Amino acid sequence: MAQTLRKTSRRTIRLTPVDAFLWLVRIAAVVAIVVGTFRTLTGRGLVTLSGAQWRDNVVSGLSLGAVYALIALGYTMVYGVLRFINFAHGEVFMSGTMIGFFVATALARTGLWAGNGIYLALLIVLLASMATSTFIAVLLERVAYRPLRGKTRLIPFITAIGASFFLQYAFAGLFGTSVHHYPDVAQLAGQVSIAGVPVLKTQAVVIVAALLMMAGLYLFVERTKTGKSIRAVAEDQETAQLMGINVDRTIVLVFAIGGAMAGIAAFLYTLVFGQAFFLIGFVPGIKAFTASVVGGIGNIGGAMVGGMLIGLIEAVSPNLILSGLGIPAAFQLTDVVVFLALVVILIFRPTGLLGERVAEDRT
Amino acid sequence: MAETARTGPPDSSASNGPELLPARDVGVRQVVRTGLLAGLTIAFVASIGMLVAFEGRAVVSTLTLDYVILVAIPMGFGYLAAKPPPQFEGFAVARRGGRNLLAGAVAGVVTGGMLAVYLALVGNFNVREQMPNISPEMIGRLTFQQGLIKGWAFLMLGSVALSTLGAAFNLLDRTLRRALAYALSWLIVIGLLQVVVSTILNNLGFPLVDRLYNVAGSLTIPGAIGVFVVIFVAYVVPKPKREPIKQGYAELPAKKRRLVLVGIVLAILAILAAVPHLLSSDLAEDLNLAGIFLLMALGLNIVVGLAGLLDLGYVAFFAVGAYAAAVLMSPLSPKWAPGLIFWEALPFVLLAAAFAGLLVGTPVLRMRGDYLAIVTLGFGEIARLLVTSTWLTPYFGGALGIIRIPSVHVGPVEFLGANSQTFFYLIFGFAIVAAYASYALQDSRLGRAWMAIREDETVAEAMGVNIVTAKLWAFMIGAVIASVGGALFAVKTASIFPNSFDIIVSITVLAIVIVGGMGSVPGVVLAALALRGLPEILQEFQSFRFLIYGALLIFMMLRRPEGFIPSRRRARELRQDEVLQDAWVQAHREEPAEVGLEGS
Repeated sequence: MAQTLRKTSRRTIRLTPVDAFLWLVRIAAVVAIVVGTFRTLTGRGLVTLSGAQWRDNVVSGLSLGAVYALIALGYTMVYGVLRFINFAHGEVFMSGTMIGFFVATALARTGLWAGNGIYLALLIVLLASMATSTFIAVLLERVAYRPLRGKTRLIPFITAIGASFFLQYAFAGLFGTSVHHYPDVAQLAGQVSIAGVPVLKTQAVVIVAALLMMAGLYLFVERTKTGKSIRAVAEDQETAQLMGINVDRTIVLVFAIGGAMAGIAAFLYTLVFGQAFFLIGFVPGIKAFTASVVGGIGNIGGAMVGGMLIGLIEAVSPNLILSGLGIPAAFQLTDVVVFLALVVILIFRPTGLLGERVAEDRT
Repeated sequence: MAETARTGPPDSSASNGPELLPARDVGVRQVVRTGLLAGLTIAFVASIGMLVAFEGRAVVSTLTLDYVILVAIPMGFGYLAAKPPPQFEGFAVARRGGRNLLAGAVAGVVTGGMLAVYLALVGNFNVREQMPNISPEMIGRLTFQQGLIKGWAFLMLGSVALSTLGAAFNLLDRTLRRALAYALSWLIVIGLLQVVVSTILNNLGFPLVDRLYNVAGSLTIPGAIGVFVVIFVAYVVPKPKREPIKQGYAELPAKKRRLVLVGIVLAILAILAAVPHLLSSDLAEDLNLAGIFLLMALGLNIVVGLAGLLDLGYVAFFAVGAYAAAVLMSPLSPKWAPGLIFWEALPFVLLAAAFAGLLVGTPVLRMRGDYLAIVTLGFGEIARLLVTSTWLTPYFGGALGIIRIPSVHVGPVEFLGANSQTFFYLIFGFAIVAAYASYALQDSRLGRAWMAIREDETVAEAMGVNIVTAKLWAFMIGAVIASVGGALFAVKTASIFPNSFDIIVSITVLAIVIVGGMGSVPGVVLAALALRGLPEILQEFQSFRFLIYGALLIFMMLRRPEGFIPSRRRARELRQDEVLQDAWVQAHREEPAEVGLEGS
């Protein structure tokens, strides 16, 4: 009896071709990373950077990662509550950059932009970005997602794709298809030194602001009564409703928070890159989604970790890994690395670093 | 029924017959909201530059498309504002009358008020620098060149009148209402499609074309009246019942049935074969483009419609097909130029695509639908970034692409890409093969396995469906069909560049499949013509194409998830809850309405 059991259990370990392929992908990923890194660090890669250049890469990666983390919050919170990927969240972010640009150029023509008034001006821009993104996120929920709640998962997802393209081209129609340039902010030019590391002022602002927002949001969700209701709805909608929680309002709140965070991300992003563009939300949206998956989707702390990690991967890996493998002009393939990271992570560890297993079907 | 009061306190509804709740009637909130929406829609359409873009397209006489839109919006929203809300079981039937007209008028006033705000904003603040479409030209169009105040007065009067007119549609009998709506929409469509209609009619030797359209390319007034009357009458006149014909067909012996089917198919083929000769070469060119997208949509239809795998990176397979064909055929292929002819290259193209399908399909096998979508989207972007990159430029030419891809020969006939009238047949031939494959697969063992997976993967697995092979087959077959589209695209344009393989292609194909109806071949054919062919003919729609695709995707999912021309099985599945609900209502019809507890 026991013997036959052991026999059958041995037979089930058989490697299917699919598993073999997936193992091949895993091994290839590890080998590529190790070989590339080794060759670059031993100076045999195509690019040799000095220590200061690597440090700058890391800092810019972290500031980019902070923006991704803020966007990722929107994905992760909505996912936590509705088990639904809000594909149009990148466009929520984009709407913030566009309206931020609109307000900023209008303010730049007034005297407010010069001198100390600029802090007030920037605050107005920030509030405008946040208000827009929040409005768009809540509008999406109301118009496109709420009527479809409870349908097959792909139906709201396709709606989200449609909403994403509708928003992109609506903003293209409103503001034109060209890349808009933000007015310069003189007070944020130059560098500051943090713990002996010279950091661009804008980058420092971005990282600090993002950390503060994250901490605030974490406290809000964990410590307040409203936060408790969000967690309750995420856990079990029906039971939460029976306990007297207004589920609809909580879901709207979640979208609003995600939108507000995307609005802040939009403001910070334009501070660093000085651009607004109707397609600007698409790739950052996918990267932020990747970040939330990396950290474990549905997990606020995970969004932070994942965002920083994706930012670092984006800033460092082309030089570190791809150039080491002998690929010229590796910066062109930055997005390839991030997309591959998503695939590899979903194969390796679909739970993400801090979250639970959600990428595979549980329902 | 009608004798029950529609408003007032519940006790007034007490009458003989079953006790019913008063009908739910048009509420103030509905009216105001619809009016505001109409105003916002007009403001949006104006701000994205649609009005100015459409001013060059005359539809009927001198009436241009921008004013058609300005008329249609208040009318449509007026109709919606005055439409009684859906009545539930146990409610009286809503009476329609002056109240509905009033609702329309009020909605019109709200719309006019909204436009006053809009005009006050755009007229007094110059935002041209940031919002290029809010131009003096647009404001002029919107105010009928009468200045802000006078122009707004016209708008107000117009929106009230049109909104009331739209509301009046609610008073009409259903058949009449539909007939009017159909006749009006067809009138606009035929006015817009002047190029197509007049070319076909001219080539058919139809004598009245000059009477129908004037020199400016719009319908003449007698022509418009004629079109309107013909369509109106055609709709109102009772049609022969389809059922007896269908039944007769079903009762035929199997052999004869097959004969009839072959006959119908041959007739359709014959008509289609004549199509390029009825069109000018410009129109045939547009048809070619639509055909290539049709081919891809047929492939995606299998992946999304049958197997339920939402592949957003479909453009990757299109790119594989195009690049494989280009590398194998072009004498100027950068690294390796075997210079094969099309038919020699085709097997390798298909193999490459099938391999790409496996490569994309394997990692996503166990992922859930939405994750699968995003990961495949990533693969689509990876494909484009790789062919653009400096790294692979020595193989694929980078941004310079691959040029001088030779034409296709079948026996003595040359299918030159530039000659769209003959090239149509090549695309057409492949599309027929793909359509046939779709039908054949639908009823095969594999097709049933796909549909089982689409409905419930776990159950399908438990029933013995091999999920791994079924999914991989779906990816491979979809990839192979897309690669044929890619190869034809490469031959057609004779040179390919990486920027043709944007994510937008995937979304266009997805929109075609969704609008046509997932799993439905005729739906996909029509949707490919409408979504990809039409914007080529009506160039002013080009820049609003993706906006319209996005809106259509949302609309379809909200209102008609089964598509405009649904496959019967898919519709039944998607509407299952409604079917069940109807059955429930049927079953409870005899019992007294329990819903009305509060009112009685």
